[in-house]
Amino acid sequence: MHYPACTVREEGPEKGEESFQSLFLSAGLPMAFASIFVPNFILQAVVRAEPALREHALALIDGNPPLCSVVAINEKAAQSGIELGMTKMNAAQFASLEMRPRSRPQEKIAHAVLLDIGWSVSPRIEDTAQDAIVLDLSGLTHLFGAEKDIGAHLVQRSCECGLLSNVAIASNVDTALIAARGFKGITVIPLGQESKSLGDLPVGVLFPSAETAETLSRWGVRTCAAFAGLPVLQLSERLGQEGVRLHALARGATSRSFAIAEPGHFFEEEMELDDAVEELDPLSFLLGRLLDQLCVRLAARSLAAASLRVRFELQPAFENALDVRKEMFRRIDPPGVYERELRLSVPARDSKMLLKLLRLRLQSNPPGAPIHKIVLAAESARPRSTQGGLFLPSFPDPEKLELTIARIANVVGEGNVGSPSLVDTWRPGEFQMRRFLTPMESAEAASSDSGAIHPRRQRDNFKARASVRFFRPPVPATLELNAGCPTRVFFQGLRGEVLAASGPWRTSGDWWRDDPWQQDEWDLEIHFHSSSAARDPVAALRADCGLYRFYYDALRGSWFVRGIYD
Amino acid sequence: MSLKTAALRAHVASALATRVASPFEYRDRPAVETVPAGIHSVDFLTGGFPRGSLTEIYGPPCSGRTSLLISALASRTSASEVCALVDARDAFDPISAEAAGVKLKHLLWVRCRNVDQALRSTDLLIQGGGFGLIALDFGDTPAQVVRYVPLQVWFRFRRAVESTPTILVVLEQESNAKTCASLVLKLRMQAARWSRASGTAEEILPPHSPGCLLDGAQSHAEMIRSRAKREGNRLIRDEEIFMGAGGSGADFETEAMEIYSHALPGMHSSGGGPGKR
Repeated sequence: MHYPACTVREEGPEKGEESFQSLFLSAGLPMAFASIFVPNFILQAVVRAEPALREHALALIDGNPPLCSVVAINEKAAQSGIELGMTKMNAAQFASLEMRPRSRPQEKIAHAVLLDIGWSVSPRIEDTAQDAIVLDLSGLTHLFGAEKDIGAHLVQRSCECGLLSNVAIASNVDTALIAARGFKGITVIPLGQESKSLGDLPVGVLFPSAETAETLSRWGVRTCAAFAGLPVLQLSERLGQEGVRLHALARGATSRSFAIAEPGHFFEEEMELDDAVEELDPLSFLLGRLLDQLCVRLAARSLAAASLRVRFELQPAFENALDVRKEMFRRIDPPGVYERELRLSVPARDSKMLLKLLRLRLQSNPPGAPIHKIVLAAESARPRSTQGGLFLPSFPDPEKLELTIARIANVVGEGNVGSPSLVDTWRPGEFQMRRFLTPMESAEAASSDSGAIHPRRQRDNFKARASVRFFRPPVPATLELNAGCPTRVFFQGLRGEVLAASGPWRTSGDWWRDDPWQQDEWDLEIHFHSSSAARDPVAALRADCGLYRFYYDALRGSWFVRGIYD
Repeated sequence: MSLKTAALRAHVASALATRVASPFEYRDRPAVETVPAGIHSVDFLTGGFPRGSLTEIYGPPCSGRTSLLISALASRTSASEVCALVDARDAFDPISAEAAGVKLKHLLWVRCRNVDQALRSTDLLIQGGGFGLIALDFGDTPAQVVRYVPLQVWFRFRRAVESTPTILVVLEQESNAKTCASLVLKLRMQAARWSRASGTAEEILPPHSPGCLLDGAQSHAEMIRSRAKREGNRLIRDEEIFMGAGGSGADFETEAMEIYSHALPGMHSSGGGPGKR
């Protein structure tokens, strides 16, 4: 992306005057304000979402059809002869002109981006207008250097975020705002030079009312310098309070309180498509662009995404549309919406990694219809900051692990990968699958698990615990009983004699729920008949004897094999 | 050394100079880093499970394969390492694993439905890196199905874990990885151990009396193959494969877990259960 080089305009002190910084310090006024102004904001908001338009003559159309007219144009369009207020029909006659509708959602997002740019430098910002904000720069020279450097930093940051802006720094809020609106690039106005600096600007930058503007025009007052030269008392008699206020603005002598905006932590990007997207590859391209924008904003705020929420507005399927036409009285439903949330185990702002995760999620759960609007929102969190130890075991890289788990989930299914955890119940074999976290992330990580093996485990090393392998689902079985004790078993084509049995261990529970359980469990040592093993090649590999866990389901009245001791 | 031999050596050394620094100098064979499997007798027999290698445990059901694997997982997770279990038939029991000392928080469990899913998941986990132990459990998968896994898959796994600290353990009913496995253990069950109710004469108790309890089982592990060779106090990697002979086995016992040991602190028994089975 090409951005025009920023010009730095410094209203420097003349001979014999003190430098800007020394003036501030000598006056004991370390207060300075920077204003960021985005010229042609509504057009830049659209260009930010579609950067390729920067190279073309572009006009924005707004209004109710058929009375649509041009509301914003870029330089190339102006050079081609397009003018503001032209009708859409007139503008359409220019062959090389790109026309787009004005997008208020994009303007809202661009404004949020502008605020993010401000918060990336100063915690104290004023949300002055949709296309302008003001930053309090008190104390920031220690972090970013001189005011000029802060201005350059702000311009660079706004370029990264896709907005071309003017930055002006002055000792009061209104002067900074007027200078940002009036001068291109970076402007630094030293203390005491406000009136002189603003002098060349037209009075229009002061936003006079239509009546006052007409009066000033009749008087022949064109610039701020000419206006500032008028006597205040007589101006007050003729123009009232507005005249006094505008006069103070033109002299750069206003003083007002600074309204601090509350920082937001919600990041959203959206894109409306002319042609609906059906396939994953073009969709990934669009998602990648949105993610890039989102990650730049997060990086500007030194934040990362803790979760991503994707929302697609879907077009009704072709078949459904036909149905709608056929059924005249059928109510047309609003377009379908597809929503998915991607929670990340560690906050991340690597757009490529996030795109891969989103792709994997969409592959496993694709939207059922073409997409005509994409909304991508990120919940922000502080980025992960951990330092591994030299003597700690290595862990999988959390970002890489997230990707690996997502890929595995794509193979085996969403709920089949994770960390098992036991639940507070007596129901046999009950557990939960939880999200897997590396020890670095889990709270208990470092101190308690320093790698030393617990003394009890050392002792247990000599005798391992017998583990059970479960049959999921349980295998139906037939048992012969003698005086209540199993003597013969038949399951999976195998026949065996019970050598020893332990049971019944009777358990029951959850009678208040829809799925109660009541079971008699038995541990059985079984000797399989060689004839059954000979018939079944799978059984041929079985040992002659085995330890199994059977249970009798009293509610179903059947026997099952729960698992095998192995 | 004759003059001719010396000249020949010099010629070979100069020819290989760009590729091998000193072809005729003795190079120490690398030591094999092993970790305990958690069962003393098996560790004594094998020296532990080698890192960066494929270890194969096979045997029929009830032979103690899973107990050995769970013990190794408990050993690694206790050392705060992250482990993964790729379960080809969804047979893992978290309750008995936790009772055996596995820290379930450090275990990534992949529940598969077939061999293909299990192999693909294992491949992804190895490529992901950072795991202390990755276990591929084909314990309940029919042997003839695992036999159809192409040999290059095992080669691929072997190459992928080489030069990493990961231990790849494969659990099967019969050995399939062939020479790709650095350590091959064959297990079989020797006997089940039952205890009788206290104060009862064992001989007069019927074999499946409700009074008898399952104590555990005794298994035998036989080292079929190992690439590590004991040299003094350390194990070194050897190109020659040590084939297990008679006597290269170890017995170990497993004890049955206490019933409902998964009960969480503060839980009250609603169903009631015996202390031990």
